Amino acid sequence: MYGKGLKTLSIATVVMVALSLSLVFFYAPLDGDQGFIQKIFYLHVPLAIVALVGFVAGGVFAILHLRTNDRKWDAYSYVSIHLSVIFGVAVLITGAIWAKASWGHWWVWNEPTLVSFLIVFLLYATYYPFRYAIEDRDRQARYASVFAVTAGAFVPLNFMAVRMAQSLVHPRTFATAEGGMPGEMMLTFLCSLVAMGLLWTTLVKFELTAKSASGQVKRLRRALDAPAGGGSSRIAPEVS
Amino acid sequence: MEFLFAAPALPLDEAGKYVAGAYVVFVVLLVVYVGIMAAKLVRIERELREVAAIAEDRKAEQREEVSA
Repeated sequence: MYGKGLKTLSIATVVMVALSLSLVFFYAPLDGDQGFIQKIFYLHVPLAIVALVGFVAGGVFAILHLRTNDRKWDAYSYVSIHLSVIFGVAVLITGAIWAKASWGHWWVWNEPTLVSFLIVFLLYATYYPFRYAIEDRDRQARYASVFAVTAGAFVPLNFMAVRMAQSLVHPRTFATAEGGMPGEMMLTFLCSLVAMGLLWTTLVKFELTAKSASGQVKRLRRALDAPAGGGSSRIAPEVS
Repeated sequence: MEFLFAAPALPLDEAGKYVAGAYVVFVVLLVVYVGIMAAKLVRIERELREVAAIAEDRKAEQREEVSA
């Protein structure tokens, strides 16, 4: 059920990633200030946006889980957060490389944008030990959903707080006060953003499909292991 | 091919190394993730084969019982 449309989505992702990479290296003009280094922007910023949106999506799925008590939404929430944490690792590493290349430092501790993203990342890094510290699966799913909702609400608040802060070094992507981006750069950036969004969605579906298949096999094994005619031979309801 | 020839040469100086590093990190992360998922898929396939073998054994036992 989770694998429906995965083939089409994968093809669209490959096409979009190839298109965005072509635009980044063969179409987008070189930045007057940063030069070739600025090409990292088309990877780093879409990754960061998709990761943050993924965290919020994890919170929305968690709300659906708490409202309906359907384990499907818990699986969606878990996988969304899982993929966003992986994207978060990529954001931190590519950001550090960009910082070293343009500022001369791998990390700047007094920069609100960097530190706030690290705080969000570390907050979600605690999701795994928190979730798996609870043995009972129903309680695990419920508590993880409460965590996802709380942390998901923290993400936009954190983002707004950073926007209001007086940043000294980190540039703003949509800084219209300073002229914003030229059309070619904006087109390339938007293509990269769509490509990253599609990649995230494809990987979420891919992981959900694998988890579902694994769960189905386990259920089938339990059903086969159960004594014939016994009450437990019925296949259990679907769990992530 | 004309498109490739017309493309500017990648400036693999100091800046190019950082850009290449950032994109390589992303690709490596992606490949590691896909590798882990592939390992999971192999495990699922093995488990499915075991379940299929159990089901076939059960069917054979039932057939023997009926014929006996």
